[in-house]
Amino acid sequence: MSSNAITIPGAQIEARPWVDELHQWLTTVDHKRLGILYILSALLFLVIGGVEALIIRIQLMHSHNNFVSPQVFNRLFTMHGTTMIFFVAMTMVFGFANYLVPLMIGARDMAFPRLNAFSFWLSFLGGLLLYCSFLGGSGLYGAGNAPDVGWWAYAPLGARAFSPGHSSDYWTLALLVSGFGSIGTAINIIATVLCMRCPGMKLSRMPLLVWLSLVMAGMVLITITPLSAAQIMLLIDRYLGGHFFDTQAGGSAVLWMHFFWIFGHPEVYILVIPAFAFLSEIIPVFSRKPIFGYPAMVAATVSIGLVSTSVWAHHMFTVGMNSYANSFFAITTMAVGVPTGIKIFNWIATMWGGRIQFKVPMLFCIGFLFQFLIAGLTGIMQGAAPFDWQLSLSYFVVAHFHYVIVGGILFAVFGAFYYWYPKMTGRMLSERLGKWHFWLFLIGFHLTFDVMHIPGLLGMPRRIYTYEPGRGWDTLNLLVTIGAFIQAIAILVFVANLIISYFNGAEAGNDPWDAWTLEWSIGSPPPAYNFAIVPTVASRRPLWDQKHPEDPDSRYD
Amino acid sequence: MRRTAHSFAWKALPLATLVLWFISSATAEPASGGISNIFAPESTPAKSILDLSLFVLAITGIIFTVVFTLLVYSLTKFRARAANADREPAQVYGSTQIELAWTIIPILIVVVLFLASARVIHAVQDARMPASAVQVTAVGHQYWWEFRYPKLGIVTANELHIPVSDPAQPTPTFLNLFSADTDHSFWIPLLAGKTDLIPNHPNKMWLDPHRTGLFLGQCAQYCGVQHAKMLLRVYVDSPEDFASWVRAQQQPVVQDEKGAAGKRVFETTACMNCHAVAGTSANGRFGPDLTHLMSRATIAAGAAENTHNNLRLWIQDPSAIKPGSLMPAMQLSDADLDSVASYMETLR
Repeated sequence: MSSNAITIPGAQIEARPWVDELHQWLTTVDHKRLGILYILSALLFLVIGGVEALIIRIQLMHSHNNFVSPQVFNRLFTMHGTTMIFFVAMTMVFGFANYLVPLMIGARDMAFPRLNAFSFWLSFLGGLLLYCSFLGGSGLYGAGNAPDVGWWAYAPLGARAFSPGHSSDYWTLALLVSGFGSIGTAINIIATVLCMRCPGMKLSRMPLLVWLSLVMAGMVLITITPLSAAQIMLLIDRYLGGHFFDTQAGGSAVLWMHFFWIFGHPEVYILVIPAFAFLSEIIPVFSRKPIFGYPAMVAATVSIGLVSTSVWAHHMFTVGMNSYANSFFAITTMAVGVPTGIKIFNWIATMWGGRIQFKVPMLFCIGFLFQFLIAGLTGIMQGAAPFDWQLSLSYFVVAHFHYVIVGGILFAVFGAFYYWYPKMTGRMLSERLGKWHFWLFLIGFHLTFDVMHIPGLLGMPRRIYTYEPGRGWDTLNLLVTIGAFIQAIAILVFVANLIISYFNGAEAGNDPWDAWTLEWSIGSPPPAYNFAIVPTVASRRPLWDQKHPEDPDSRYD
Repeated sequence: MRRTAHSFAWKALPLATLVLWFISSATAEPASGGISNIFAPESTPAKSILDLSLFVLAITGIIFTVVFTLLVYSLTKFRARAANADREPAQVYGSTQIELAWTIIPILIVVVLFLASARVIHAVQDARMPASAVQVTAVGHQYWWEFRYPKLGIVTANELHIPVSDPAQPTPTFLNLFSADTDHSFWIPLLAGKTDLIPNHPNKMWLDPHRTGLFLGQCAQYCGVQHAKMLLRVYVDSPEDFASWVRAQQQPVVQDEKGAAGKRVFETTACMNCHAVAGTSANGRFGPDLTHLMSRATIAAGAAENTHNNLRLWIQDPSAIKPGSLMPAMQLSDADLDSVASYMETLR
C-alpha cells in the first residue's frame, strides 16, 4: 500500500493570551506578584529620577551654565528628591519585604492579600499623580508644571502666596495617597510577621530580614502618620483658610519643619533597615557562617528604631533652637551610632573565620560596608551641632545623604537583586555583566560623591541652579558630573542584565547559593501557594539542619 | 580574588588626602580670593567650630582606620581558597564578651563627642553681647538682604560693613535675623556657621572678624526661584574705615543736577513704590534702599557689578541678569532709561 496516511500535526500548545496575562498581573493579590510589581515600579521611577539627576548635573557642570532655567532646575531637584525617596527607595524596600517575608516564615501569603494589592496601587498611583503635575500643575491659567518647593516643601514656600496654582497640591496629594499605601503595607507586614509564621517559627527563630522588616513596618506606622497629618494641615491652610504654617497670618514655619523631620529622619532608617536586612541574609551565606550575635542584631535594630524617632531636629540645628535643644539632639543623634556600630562589627565578625565567596551579591554588600562606614562617620560630624552649622544646607550634606542612600541603601538593594532574582525568575543574573555593573557603579559613585563633599566645605550651598566662578567649585563640580554619567552607564548595564538574563540566564534551580532560609526550599519561581506542605522548623537555619543532619543548628537552639 | 579585597584599599587614599589637605590648609595663611574654606576661619565662632571639627575628625578618623583595617583584613584573610573549598568553616554564633566590648567603647566615644559639642554649642550660642558690639538687623527678602544699623541710623542692602574685632578690645557684630517672606540662611563660612532667617521666628548670631577684607557667602536655605543669586558680601573694615563708611552712609542724599531728569522719572513711575531714597518722596520698602547705591560694588544681591551698563540693563530687564527676580521690567524708553541710570549714579 502506498503510504498516504494523513499526518496528524502535534498538539498546539496554547500560550495564554497576553491580555489574560496582563489582566492577571493587574488584579493579582499574590504577594510575590505584588512584590515584583513594587520592584518594577521602583525601577521605572529610578530611571526617571536618575534622568532628572543627570539634567541637574549637566546644569552644574560649570559656573554660569545655561542648560536649564532656574525654574526648571528647582522643579527638577524637587521631583528628583520626592521621586527617589517616596517612589523608588520606599517602593523598592516594600517590594522585597512583600516578596520575601511570607516565604521566609513559611506562609502562603500576606495576612491581608487584598489590602496588599490596594496598598500597592495607592503607592503607584501616587507616583503617577505626582508626574501628572507636569501636565496640570498650574491649574487653570496656563501650561502645567511640577512642584518647585524642594522635597521638604518648607513653610511658607508651600503656602498659596509663594506657590500659586496647583503644582504643590500635586506634591501634597501624591504623598498623602502613597502614604496611605505605605501605612496599609506596614499594617500588613506587622500582621503577617506576628500571625502567619509556620509551626516552630518562634520570633527568636525568624530570619533577621523578617525581624528587620517588622521594625521597619512599625516605624512606618509611627512616622508616616505625622507626615500625612501635616499634609492635611497644609491643604487646610491652602484651601480652607487655615493658618498652621501661614506665616503671614501668624502661622509657624518651624512647626512644619518639626512635622516634616519627625517623619523625615526616621524615614532614613525605614530605608536603611531593609538594607541592613539584605546584608544580614547575604553576608552569612557568602561567608558560609551564621550571622554573628543574632540577639544583639535584633536588639540593635529595635533600639535604632526607638532612638531614631528622637533625633529629627538635627536637621534643624541652624533654625535657632536654644542651646539645650541643640545639645539634646546632638547626643541622640550620636547615640544612634552605637547600635549601628554594633551591626557593622557583627557583620565583620560574621565574615571573620569564614570562607568568603566574592559573588556579585556579596560584592555589593562589601561596597555597602565601606560606604556606610564613611556615611556614618560624616553623620557623626554633622551630629556635632556646631560642626553642622557649617556643614548643614551645603553640598557636604548632599554628599553625606547620597552616601547613605546610594552608597548604602542602593548598593544593598543591588545585592538583593543579584541574590533573589534567581528565586523570582528562575534564572541567574549574569555574573559577568554583574561585575561590570558593580565596578562601573563603584567608580562612578566614588567620583561623584567623594568629590561632592569638598564644594560643601568650600561654602557651596545646596539647591542653587548656578554659581559664580572663582569660588573653587568649578573643577569639583565637573568631576561630580562625570561620575554621575559613569553611574548612569552602570545602571544601563544592570537593566540590560535584568532583561538579557530573564531570557538567557542559566537555570537557577531551587537553591543556587546553597543558602539556609525557607525561600530556597521551594521552586524558582515559587508556585502561587508557596509551600505545598507548610514546613515545620526547629532552628534559625532550617535548610542547614536539612543539609547537615550530623550537626544541625537545632541542637543548640 | 586577592584583587577584589585589595582594590578596596585605594578607597582610603582619597579620603585621607582630603582630610590632610584641609588640615594643612587650616594652618596655612588666610584663604585668598573667593575661596571660603571652612578650615581657614577668621572669626571666633568659626574658630570654635573648627577646633571642635578637628577633634571630631580625629576621632572619626581613628574609627575609620580601625574598622577599615578590620574589614580589609577579614576580606583578605578569610576569602574562599581552593584548599578549603570542600568543607564549611566553623559555625560561630556569637560572643557576649566581644559584643559587650564593641557596645561599651562606642558609648564612651559618644559621651566624649557630646561633651565637646555641648561646650562649643554653649560658648557660641550663649555668648553675651558686650557693650562695644555693633548691632545689625538683617532681613532676608526674596532674593536680597536688607541691613539696618538701628543705633547708627543706617539702612543698606546686600553688602554688610562691619568693623574688624581686635581680640584685646573686641568689637563683635551681633545680628538680629528676620525674614520678610520665606526662609533664608545667613552664611559666611569664614566668619561663622549659618543661621536661618525665618518669618515669625527672630534669630540671633554674632561675628568678630580678626582681619579686614571682603568675605563672601550666600543664602544657604532654599528660598525660591533665585535662591542661587542671593549672594552676600561682608566687608570687614579697619576701625577708621568703618567710621568713615558710617559717616558717609549717615549723610543725606546727594542732590546733583545731573540726576534731576532721572529723579523725575523715578518718582513718577513705579520705581518709588518699592525703593527708598532717603530725603526724597521715594520711600518704598519692597526693594533695596538706594540712598547710597553707588557706595556698593555690586547690584542685584551681588549678581552683577555696579556699572553704568549693568544698572541700565537691570532697570530695563532684571530677568536678563536674574530670571525670577521680583523686580519687574520697567518698560522705559531709551531716554528715560539713560536718565534713571544717571540718577542712580548720583546716589553716592
